[in-house]
Amino acid sequence: MTHPSSSADQAGHAASQRPQTLFEKIWQQHEVKAATADHPAVLYIDLHLIHEVTSPQAFDELRKRGLPVRRPDRCVATMDHSTPSLPADAEGDFPFVDDLARQQVRKLEENCRDFGIELFDLDSEHQGIVHVIGPELGATQPGKTIVCGDSHTSTHGAFGALAFGIGTSEVGHVMATQCLLQHRPKTTAIEMTGRLQPGVSAKDLILALIAQIGVGGGTGQVFEYRGEAVRALSMDERMTLCNMSIEAGARAGLVAPDEKTFAYLKGRPMAPQGEAWDQAVARWRDLVSDEGAVFDRVVTLDASKVQPMITFGTHPGMGMAIDDAVPAEIHGESTAKALDYMKFEAGESLLGKKVDVVFIGSCTNSRINDLREAAAVFRDRKVAPGVRTLVVPGSKKIKTMAEAEGLDQIFRAAGAEWREASCSMCIAMNGDQVGPGQLAVSTSNRNFEGRQGKGSRTLLAGPATAAAAAVTGVVCDARRLGGN
Amino acid sequence: MEVFQRISSHTAVLEQANIDTDQIIPARFLKITDKQGLGENAFYDWRYDEKGELNPDCRLNQAPFNTAQVLVAGDNFACGSSREHAPWALLGMGFRAVVSTRIADIFSNNALKNGLLPVVVPAAFHAKLIAAPGTSVSIDLESQTITLAEDGESVGFSIDSFARYCMLHGIDHLDFLLQQEAAIQAYEETAV
Ligand code: SF4
Repeated sequence: MTHPSSSADQAGHAASQRPQTLFEKIWQQHEVKAATADHPAVLYIDLHLIHEVTSPQAFDELRKRGLPVRRPDRCVATMDHSTPSLPADAEGDFPFVDDLARQQVRKLEENCRDFGIELFDLDSEHQGIVHVIGPELGATQPGKTIVCGDSHTSTHGAFGALAFGIGTSEVGHVMATQCLLQHRPKTTAIEMTGRLQPGVSAKDLILALIAQIGVGGGTGQVFEYRGEAVRALSMDERMTLCNMSIEAGARAGLVAPDEKTFAYLKGRPMAPQGEAWDQAVARWRDLVSDEGAVFDRVVTLDASKVQPMITFGTHPGMGMAIDDAVPAEIHGESTAKALDYMKFEAGESLLGKKVDVVFIGSCTNSRINDLREAAAVFRDRKVAPGVRTLVVPGSKKIKTMAEAEGLDQIFRAAGAEWREASCSMCIAMNGDQVGPGQLAVSTSNRNFEGRQGKGSRTLLAGPATAAAAAVTGVVCDARRLGGN
Repeated sequence: MEVFQRISSHTAVLEQANIDTDQIIPARFLKITDKQGLGENAFYDWRYDEKGELNPDCRLNQAPFNTAQVLVAGDNFACGSSREHAPWALLGMGFRAVVSTRIADIFSNNALKNGLLPVVVPAAFHAKLIAAPGTSVSIDLESQTITLAEDGESVGFSIDSFARYCMLHGIDHLDFLLQQEAAIQAYEETAV
């Protein structure tokens, strides 16, 4: 009979011999219990991000059952969705869109107080969109499992963390047990070869991928973005890429950590410090897919061929190069219904279409490099008459940073509105919205019918394309603006 | 969670593809801190006109579709947000099952935890359902089949065995996790 511990050692050894993907490594390290015929795996969650919209019913469930939050030290909460993008008045009152929004935010404050969770509220210097502040605080780290009641949790995968969105029941599960019952997803390697051309952004890259594989193309999968094009991206750009993994239906997106990842995290308030930092980096260096690791599927995309993209329809897979003609079908499916809503014709170009609203913000494109990219277009230019332009930084920290660089002055001088950190027009819950029938160029991630307000018509694009639409008043290719 | 074994009902049909969670329940209705009113506001922009009156042209408002327990939706149903408000809204409308050729991951997970059954069927069977709004079907979770009353055609569907067990017996996933406390503690001592 073999001694139990030695057989365990052998099993461990055998496992370490077989080449593993980055996903497999993180998954294996977090299995409290492996899946059996009777139940899915019990997966340990390192970091739980909480916001006001998807948490109240979960806190209530805990109250109902008389349960505490098991590990408040593993929770980070902030407010972003129902949160105003305008500052407080002289009395310190925030201009909430209505009482429901105010109550929802108050409820989060009360819940965090009752359950001992750290909350970055509207008065905190760290408040912002939950997916922007996680990395900014250094709470997002390679190798962690991270969840949030929000589908764009995939953003955190840019750091080599396994990060995915969950529903409110699961928010309650994590609060009560720090675990989730999870089925193991399949893995897809997204090989991005070549380099992006100048004037083409990470947003264009991900819109091109979703247009290629479709909005259901990633269902049941975890993507690992690899290749020269991905390694060349900054951390801000990798976040943009991973952020929209969910728009292809993927559970999560991953980028293996590297020197850029470590440089970004070093010295952040929640990142390990001193000796612990060195140990962490040594561990993180192993978080790569081994040579010879097998993925369930491989998709390739030549980044050097990607052009500035824009969407023409009512889901993020309906995207095309900005100077292409609107297609009558994609992936064998007619676009007629979407075009009817968007008031576009198949075969026409979107270049020159008059734009009513421009929104620069959201967890996809509200970080400092996005604001710099937009500012480069706005510099010495004016927003075209009749275009309402909102620039909404992703966090208080980014706002401060942008102001220190004078970017706010560029936006204001151009005639754009410079707002407070929030989701704002991305989801139109806080009163910032696109009017019925209005055409908006938006750097957010969803162009669903009515997403930015009832009857809103959304074109998704990168920050430079959005800024170019603001200053010309029409859809145009930012590279053709000249000057600057 | 309510026990789900077998239901028989006529269907309501929304044949369009890619119905996303913003259609199922628009974001402006997410400011609640409970689950009240979600059924009334489900598919709001389709079911109500500008004045907020029920739109009589919307099939979901018409008899017999407004009492259906089975929703048949076009391909790739419920992509988008992780909002559990989407299955809560469908349950609030009286649906117990959603049938499509493909249903988004997060939505399915959320639905199963609330006793709403996601049923993925082959394209040919789906096409028959789409073509016959209001037709009667029965869905049997024990045998994992959906059957058309009219001609008796039946297809199987797959469902995760754990979720199936929980639905059949009305067992809550959180209860299961709470029973794992010893394993969780052991994990935390070694790995975290
Ligand atoms: S910015 Fe938009 S996508 Fe991101 S968390 Fe907020 S609402 Fe969701």
